[in-house]
Amino acid sequence: MSVNPNALKLPGIQEHPKQIRPRRMSLAERLYLPLLAGLAVTIRHMFQNLFGLRKRVTIQYPEERRQYSHRYRGHHILTTRPDGSVRCVACFLCATACPAECIHIEAGEHPDVNIEKYPVVYEIDMLRCVFCGYCVDACPEEAIIMSNNSDMAYFERAQSIVGKVDLMKPYTLDTDRLGYRPSYPEEDAQRAQMRRQAFDLVAAAKEQRGEAAGAPVA
Amino acid sequence: MPPEAPSFLERFPAGSVVAQEGADQETWQVGREVLVDLCRELRTSPETRFDLLLEVFGMDYPERDERFEAVYHLYSIPNGRRLRLKVAASESDPVLPTVTTVWKGADWFEREAYDMFGLRFEGHPNLRRILTHDAFQGHPLRKDYDAARRWILTEDKIYMPKLVAPERGDSMFERMTINIGPSHPAMHGTFRLVAMVDGEEIVASEVEICYLHRCFEKMSETHTWQQVIPYTDRLNYCSSFLNNVGYCRTVERMLGVEAPPRAVWARTILSEFSRIMDHCVANGSTLVDAGALTNFWYFFQPREEIYGLLESLCGARLTVSACRIGGLLADLPLDFMARCKHLLEFVPPFIDDVETLVDKNRIWLDRSVGVAAISGEDAVNWSWTGPCLRAAGVAFDSRMAHPYDLYDTVDWEVPVLTGGDVYDRYKIRMLEIRQSLKIIRQLLERGIPDGPFVVDDPHVALPPKEACYNQMESMIYHFKLIMDGIQVPPGERYGFVEGANGELGFYCVSDGSGKPYRVRVRPPCFPLFSTFSQLIQGRAVADAIVTLGGLNVIAGELER
Repeated sequence: MSVNPNALKLPGIQEHPKQIRPRRMSLAERLYLPLLAGLAVTIRHMFQNLFGLRKRVTIQYPEERRQYSHRYRGHHILTTRPDGSVRCVACFLCATACPAECIHIEAGEHPDVNIEKYPVVYEIDMLRCVFCGYCVDACPEEAIIMSNNSDMAYFERAQSIVGKVDLMKPYTLDTDRLGYRPSYPEEDAQRAQMRRQAFDLVAAAKEQRGEAAGAPVA
Repeated sequence: MPPEAPSFLERFPAGSVVAQEGADQETWQVGREVLVDLCRELRTSPETRFDLLLEVFGMDYPERDERFEAVYHLYSIPNGRRLRLKVAASESDPVLPTVTTVWKGADWFEREAYDMFGLRFEGHPNLRRILTHDAFQGHPLRKDYDAARRWILTEDKIYMPKLVAPERGDSMFERMTINIGPSHPAMHGTFRLVAMVDGEEIVASEVEICYLHRCFEKMSETHTWQQVIPYTDRLNYCSSFLNNVGYCRTVERMLGVEAPPRAVWARTILSEFSRIMDHCVANGSTLVDAGALTNFWYFFQPREEIYGLLESLCGARLTVSACRIGGLLADLPLDFMARCKHLLEFVPPFIDDVETLVDKNRIWLDRSVGVAAISGEDAVNWSWTGPCLRAAGVAFDSRMAHPYDLYDTVDWEVPVLTGGDVYDRYKIRMLEIRQSLKIIRQLLERGIPDGPFVVDDPHVALPPKEACYNQMESMIYHFKLIMDGIQVPPGERYGFVEGANGELGFYCVSDGSGKPYRVRVRPPCFPLFSTFSQLIQGRAVADAIVTLGGLNVIAGELER
């Protein structure tokens, strides 16, 4: 049951119903007959699950993990320069952009005059963090990115304040474990591949029509 | 006297109703002496018929002579017209007449304005604090109230309502007052229901809310416009994307920018998917409350898949923060189209299964048909919007009445049912899921629009990272935008979207600094829940539980 949508815009024709007209049960419903159709549904699902006729939806955590996208907003990573030092220049943009005020930075003079500053202390309070990704958006140096690691459990509150060294740990830089970042090279590669395929298709079609296949411009 | 004023305004003394120039919608400044009479006329006169009171809330402008202001948002469902009334009140005498005699829905809204601003509504039946606790002192949304101030509630100050119900003399049982909640699995979060029961029957009850009050509105005033977006996620967390859209649209209209077509297209699709998800949770948990657990599992599979779609765009499943003012946070993922098409195939079988299981199932019908029924007229009187209102026979949907985004370019219908009971609230959500799928299917057929995903305006959206690394100008804009925030021009704006359980409104006021002067949310489930005590009056305790599920009250949004 639905009304003509134009009726909503016409003035003065609509009276709000003063009475309720609830649903009436049919004879079959009174006799509980539609329950059989419902039983058929549950039995169908049971057999499908029992004999593996379709993919089981339950994930056997922790042996099995959900596949997150490479944009997942998880535990932060502080990226490093080729020499292994932290890329952050302590500009405080991430701490300013953070709506949860969970980033604490103390800046220091860097011996290299081209770099000027570096963070002496860089701490993120993981219990305060809301994982909105604003720090990643704010960083002008690509110094903070996120991983797809969502395993964060602590025995004490103090452990939840994660310092510079832990944020820089190299194991978090496994490319499979990267999350929300300013750019996604794997997506770009995939896009380039799709473009190449499209060009190949065009070239093949042209060849079929007997035209000279021009070299695709990548 | 406002232009195109209804004829009855002539009867009011000159100067008592003044139209405000240059507002975003029709706004009248009203003297408090005439407020109730004017409201009654506005509601009943066939010229205006403002039958729906959307919200009442306070404002605080310390620099003005009359510091406080009560704002009333009215809506006329027959005429599709909006009106804002503003009534000023001074600090020494912050007394206003109550409009609960005109619209019943004003009850909780006035309590909230009293709690947050200290506005006293004369004649209100139960003017108590609502969002803060009983040991709280002061009024937190006043501008001179320190946001870091804390008050401790001790056990002896916990409010215990004194329930009275007429003795009937035929009862075999002793009457008992019981607490259901705040920590009770049936109370869907943190609501406290104090009920006086006679056997199984509830003879009187009162609800206590706001165990989850997180000071959303106060926090917004201390953060920049962009930083409010993650907070909006936590309003109705079952469909956080819709909250993002509502807030971002409002601020975009204040700035005078428009999101690019690609973003609007994606926003419409993801909004509808979020609505499906929210309806799945609402119906699933209602049915669980009635003992039908299997449906919960069937409903949660589409929900998980939709979370996957959102996560592929923005990297989070529940609190998405996927919108930015002026567009989206990132470009659509490569497999966006494929995922959406997969979902269109994936969702309907589960909806079919649930309908086969419960639609005609007498066990569910006996539990829901006629339970907590409300007529369309009463529902409007109680300020209801959304699926619960449409289940009571009133065809009001913001998407249809005031189309935004792409809703006027697709073919769809507003489903309406006439029962107004728990069954029809369940059924209307099932019908709306189908309509949402219809909208999405039509949008997908058009293909992804080309172009940017966020507006190309360095005063609003961050410049691309590549430009920021290599160009001085972009770098400066980048720093300016993060350090100072978006500079929203001074003014006020009421923006709305059709949320999953009613009209979700954002009333934003800017004073020209980088932070909001005020962000007021119209939470759609607030008026729904204010009716709860009346709905369960005289019914069994088990009915109260099913009713709560059917209303789909989300604590995050109700208590902000």
